[in-house]
Amino acid sequence: MGPTPEVLEKFRKKAEIVSAIVSEVDSMAQAIAYTVDLCAQKEACQLLMSGCEETLSDKGKDLCELKEWGKIIAAPALNDTDMAELVKQAASRDISVIKDGMRSHLAGVDIGFTVADYGIGETGSLVIDSSSEELRLSTMVSEIHVAVIPKSRIRATAEDMYAELKGFMSQKPNYLAFVTGASRTADIERVLALGVHGPLELHILILEDK
Amino acid sequence: MQKAKNLSEYNDELREALDNTFLRGAMDKFATAYPVGRANAFREYDVEALIQEVVKAKDAGLTRLDELYAEFKAKAEANGVKVHMAKDGDEANEIVARIAAENKCKIIVKSKSMTAEETLLNHRLEKDGLEVVETDLGEWIIQLRHEGPSHMVMPAIHLSRYQVAELFSQVTRHDQSSDIQRLVKVARRELRQKYADADMGVSGANFAIAETGTIGLMTNEGNARLVTTLPRVHVAIAGIDKLCGTLDDALKILRVVPKNATGQAITSYVTWISGANECQTAPGGKKEMHIIFLDNGRSEMAKDPLFAQVLRCVRCGACANVCPVYRMVGGHQMGHIYIGAIGLILTYFFHGKDKAKNLVQNCINCQACKHICAAGIDLPLLIKEIHARILDEDGHPLPSMLLGKLLKNRKLFHAFLRTAKMAQRPLTGGTQYIRHLPHIFSKDHGFKALPAIAAKPFRDRFAALKPTVSAPKYRIALFSGCVQDFVYPEQLEAAVKVLAAHNVAVDFPMDQSCCGLPLQMMGEKKAGVDVAKQNIAAMSGDYDYIITLCASCASHLKHNYPFLLGENDAEAKAFADKVMPFSAFMTDVLGVTADGFKQTHERATLHAPCHLCRGMGVVEQPRQLLALGGYDYAQAEQEQVCCGFGGTYSAKFPGISEQILKNKLTDAGRTGAEVLVTECPGCIMQLRGGAEVNKSGFAVRHIAEVLADHLK
Repeated sequence: MGPTPEVLEKFRKKAEIVSAIVSEVDSMAQAIAYTVDLCAQKEACQLLMSGCEETLSDKGKDLCELKEWGKIIAAPALNDTDMAELVKQAASRDISVIKDGMRSHLAGVDIGFTVADYGIGETGSLVIDSSSEELRLSTMVSEIHVAVIPKSRIRATAEDMYAELKGFMSQKPNYLAFVTGASRTADIERVLALGVHGPLELHILILEDK
Repeated sequence: MQKAKNLSEYNDELREALDNTFLRGAMDKFATAYPVGRANAFREYDVEALIQEVVKAKDAGLTRLDELYAEFKAKAEANGVKVHMAKDGDEANEIVARIAAENKCKIIVKSKSMTAEETLLNHRLEKDGLEVVETDLGEWIIQLRHEGPSHMVMPAIHLSRYQVAELFSQVTRHDQSSDIQRLVKVARRELRQKYADADMGVSGANFAIAETGTIGLMTNEGNARLVTTLPRVHVAIAGIDKLCGTLDDALKILRVVPKNATGQAITSYVTWISGANECQTAPGGKKEMHIIFLDNGRSEMAKDPLFAQVLRCVRCGACANVCPVYRMVGGHQMGHIYIGAIGLILTYFFHGKDKAKNLVQNCINCQACKHICAAGIDLPLLIKEIHARILDEDGHPLPSMLLGKLLKNRKLFHAFLRTAKMAQRPLTGGTQYIRHLPHIFSKDHGFKALPAIAAKPFRDRFAALKPTVSAPKYRIALFSGCVQDFVYPEQLEAAVKVLAAHNVAVDFPMDQSCCGLPLQMMGEKKAGVDVAKQNIAAMSGDYDYIITLCASCASHLKHNYPFLLGENDAEAKAFADKVMPFSAFMTDVLGVTADGFKQTHERATLHAPCHLCRGMGVVEQPRQLLALGGYDYAQAEQEQVCCGFGGTYSAKFPGISEQILKNKLTDAGRTGAEVLVTECPGCIMQLRGGAEVNKSGFAVRHIAEVLADHLK
């Protein structure tokens, strides 16, 4: 049973208010194509977006140089079929795909590609089981986070997935994330700035899964 | 941080803050933007109901903290976490230091934790030669400046982009532009390196859910995610008040906090950590995780029938956001480590009397914080209570004690006021204002003209003007309060005229005295109880209502008397039930119509007295009454913000009172009104005196007066 049109609309609206870019896709292949396109269209070196163009202390600079030149999509938790599809599409655009080794890419990767577990209509939030460290890091150090959310998993409120949330929390151990929009701050003069410590952009792909 | 030794030193610091034009501008912008954002976030909700859910969830937890702790500990430890209890800040710091030593940590990254600020954790860790880096942007900025936070949610709100640019230039040893987007990116890069190097992460916790041993963290920047992921050791530190029974409790709190704090539906990230998770750089591939619960007086507080509610606080910072005093001077002067109204209270409990003694006096009692609180805490009441406790411990200052003695004895008090009338003669120059202040007062108090004491108080006039009403609809007793009786008797006269014209029999019981609110403001609680008893006896006749034209009296009589005399005092309750403000009586009980009044359509604006709009919940009635009375009502910006009077407050903190007043007069002036109307003689004293000095060009009058003017 999928969400009502109202819940779906609210999910989209609430996510867009906090600057998420929301699209609908019919298949995983389409979601992968969207992601590869997005990566291909990015500036050749998106490090520019995230601070390496700034004059930094020598230490800070070192890390920037660690980043390999070339675009990277990190997709740690994808199943084999989707992974094969992603690698195929990415290769044709000169984009590397990694599924682990995130700790060697702390300076950042271009895109973190994940499938979310649930969506919360009330706030436009994604619920992502982030117990895998690779997956967790891919949603944190990527410049753009692209998350696929199967439509049937969008519900009105967090209470509407209470048993599932408790299920996650009862695992030994578990690291669960509610992600709503991109990383943001207003700590300097209350002026909004996106992308402080986390992704600069969040793209949500609502996957038709009837 | 509070360093002032006495009120005079504290006032010097306040003056400095008032003169900080950047701070004032930033605070003004925030104060006007915040209510809009908050209202927006709550638009689809019943706010009161949501807040009550928080109250219920928190209160349920507070009665069984021991149980929740035991449950949490068992669950978390079964999941590979070591759980500690620290009786005070030092003990908590020692535990962190020990964990750092045992795990051979050198660099520590921190995400924001007010609890770690409370224990001054960084100082302790730095003593061991550890490098401690705050990763929340605002916290990092103030850490680099060696300052404390000036707001619980926006710790660097007192700083400009230019100050941040200068700071970042020093840190990176390269010139940085003042472009905010670029400065944020510099922080992103500089701090990313720190996460990569760190071997310990220290976080706070917004929730500690007992049933699953889960901690919950709210952040916008995402720094807490990196802090809890990259280093091989994670230490979370939280007050025991963060314990809650179930995820359901946490979700209820989560629904309110971001909306109340910043007008966000939810923070960008909410992180739920259950147990020691995968960590590739840790031995065994598993995080070394510790959770330290800090007591520091909380478990004692939880047992206190009055102060237990303090532990409901969810640290949203809203009480500062709406505080007119905070708006004027910022958080460094309106708190020690914890900021705003809750900060004044927590400072006393966590950091002691000396840090709190000046602070607790800097509450103007406008009730704005109480009405915005996400957890329904009666903040102003608790602040006054602490002030009273400090006076009881330290001894009452002479003026405050004399006031207590004076007000307890009505005859003596009224004789004093009559004598003061004679003494003021050389100062008034025959006007209704005191024209020449004695030199010792004139320096800080010249911003408003003070009214002269009336030639004849209302109590001496009443017998002659008491109207005869045959077959009255209602019998009411007028409670005047001292200011109207002795300074503005004409306001009461106007009310008597309007009431009589509407077939209401008015009596003025002669044994009534000051309501006692000034005593509460001064911390003289015992004298306040005596005065309350006297007034209840004085007003015990056969009346349908007790009507007052003073909002502060109304709210004190109605809400504080039952509190002062105990909720079981039936007489106090019966008395309080009869108390009603003038405008509410006119509209809600009498149901007056426009027929009785000349409709001149003069433009009038309103100032909503704190104790009327928030204290009594009377907002629409004065607006309706103005319109029925034949005036065109023009709403001023910030109509419900305090005028800066606060009774004895304006005498103690004249600099702040002056600035709040200026804003008020500017807003009123912008409406183009000919008259600024309000329903509290204290507000009138402040506003009229300010309008006179300021030459604002509009009259300031009581609503009873403008109605009497229009009686047909």
